[in-house]
Amino acid sequence: MAYIEARGLRKAFGTTVALDGINLCVEEGRILGLIGPNGAGKTTALNTMLGLTPYQGELRVLGRDPWSERDQLMRDVCFISDVAVLPRWIRVSQALDYVAGVHPRFDRTKAEGFLARTTIGRARRVRELSKGMVTQLHLALVMAIDAKLLVLDEPTLGLDILYRKQFYDSLLNDYFDRKRTIVVTTHQVEEVEHVLTDVMFIDRGRIVFECSMEELEARFLEVTVHPERTAAARALKPMHERQALGRTIMLFDRVDRQQVGAFGDVRPPGIADLFVAMLADKPGNQAGQTQGAAK
Amino acid sequence: MNTQANAISESPLESRAAATEPVPPGQLMYWSVRRELWENRSIYIAPLVVASVALFAFSLSSIAGIWEKPLSLNPAQPQAPYDMVAGLMMLTLIVVSVFYSLDALHGERRDRSILFWKSLPVSDVTTVLAKASIPLLVLPLLVVAITFALQWLMLLVSSAVLLVSGQSVVMLWTRLSFLRMSWLLLYHILTAHALWPAPVYCWLLLVSGWPRRATFLWAALPVIAIGGVEQIAFHTWHFAKLVASRLVGGDAPTVVATSPDIFPINPMTHIALGTFLSSPGLWIGLAIAAAFLAAAVRLRRYQGPI
Repeated sequence: MAYIEARGLRKAFGTTVALDGINLCVEEGRILGLIGPNGAGKTTALNTMLGLTPYQGELRVLGRDPWSERDQLMRDVCFISDVAVLPRWIRVSQALDYVAGVHPRFDRTKAEGFLARTTIGRARRVRELSKGMVTQLHLALVMAIDAKLLVLDEPTLGLDILYRKQFYDSLLNDYFDRKRTIVVTTHQVEEVEHVLTDVMFIDRGRIVFECSMEELEARFLEVTVHPERTAAARALKPMHERQALGRTIMLFDRVDRQQVGAFGDVRPPGIADLFVAMLADKPGNQAGQTQGAAK
Repeated sequence: MNTQANAISESPLESRAAATEPVPPGQLMYWSVRRELWENRSIYIAPLVVASVALFAFSLSSIAGIWEKPLSLNPAQPQAPYDMVAGLMMLTLIVVSVFYSLDALHGERRDRSILFWKSLPVSDVTTVLAKASIPLLVLPLLVVAITFALQWLMLLVSSAVLLVSGQSVVMLWTRLSFLRMSWLLLYHILTAHALWPAPVYCWLLLVSGWPRRATFLWAALPVIAIGGVEQIAFHTWHFAKLVASRLVGGDAPTVVATSPDIFPINPMTHIALGTFLSSPGLWIGLAIAAAFLAAAVRLRRYQGPI
């Protein structure tokens, strides 16, 4: 069954259209990466699913309308919006007490177990913890909740590489169990692409591309073309071409692997490269020109 | 369309959801109020500090013998210093309530923690009611308890001073009807300082959920504007007086006044609970307070971090 189902989801802030009629269906057991430039509407899309913002169109999350049933929905949905939302005054022990007090699916022993692996003291206040520790704490709280859907909006923003890696490792090893669904947005695409099962590109409030990772690997090929073969390779109409270290790298959609293999080294493209290929060449998408509308 | 979507998706989910009972509303409320006490420690620290200072000053004056004289000279009013500290505690109550209410829905937006609170299965109604319960119930009861303890300690201090100086404590203990004083305090604070000013506190709470900054300004401006218009147009101050007397509980019909004393406990020889409960002013005020709270609940649904 679909955990998230949206049809014609629309949201405008004044004259700025943040979501322009999104259709989407996320099934059980998926890890969906929502990728898009700043202001593309990623955060707005997540906020509508979490009941944080009203919307137009049809939206069902776990069979509920998020806007009118946020509190019931949150029994089965967790989210980490970014690292800075735990109240700075709260003590670690108070955070555990509070979540244990209000959440029917919170397993305190589990959270204590996750925290035992860190150096976070129970009596410490969040304001005394480093940014990485705050994320560990938040993740420990969230992973101890037996939720069906976990939404992560830039969960590792501002963390160093060790914490970022640890974050996704514990998420995969200790949390994800094929019954749950995770939706994640991030700018550090390289760090999540190996955990994703599905990917969705969103730009200016529209979904411009969506597919599963298997499909993506089967469909797209990146070829580092030998200089003397460039003309022949271009004849196959690569969807994108870039220069790196003096070599031409071309990205092909739905071509014969054998055929392009003759031009040079073939490998599946990274999501980031695919994203750039699909979006960067469009007018108005150069850095600095994308208008922020996500907040 | 909604019914169709329900039909598709609800059956397998509901069976799994039924395995876990939702948290009872009382428990959600309990933890929401505890959260407020954790976050706003001034709720109990401020009254405790004021009470300590008052006790210190009273002990000093007792030892210096300043209070003994009025005690022996004016045995008709042995409760004067007790009324004085009760008045001081009520003033503290008002100040803390005003500052708390003005920050109630603002603090969580300012530090972005609203996103954390909203990620938990606690409704906006529960949150707003928990916040409103601080100035309307928790803080008044706390101030009554602290004042009660303070007055007991004062009684012990003055008894000790009298005994040490070789005087009898009989007159102090017989003249001072302590239990009655405490009941009056509880009655007075719950009526004149919790129920009566409810619309003011609920207004402040509502306003705290609206602007990005300067909540005090937004709360005060409408009052100043309406008061100013009234003064210029009709040369009267009814609205400003109404708000002010609501806030300090001045015109609450809680007693049949016998003497125009400035300290609220003193004239309370004739409790008029019936008059108070049947006064339209109380119920109009509570209705307005409820409307403000309903608006605050709605507002919190829409609000995110600032």
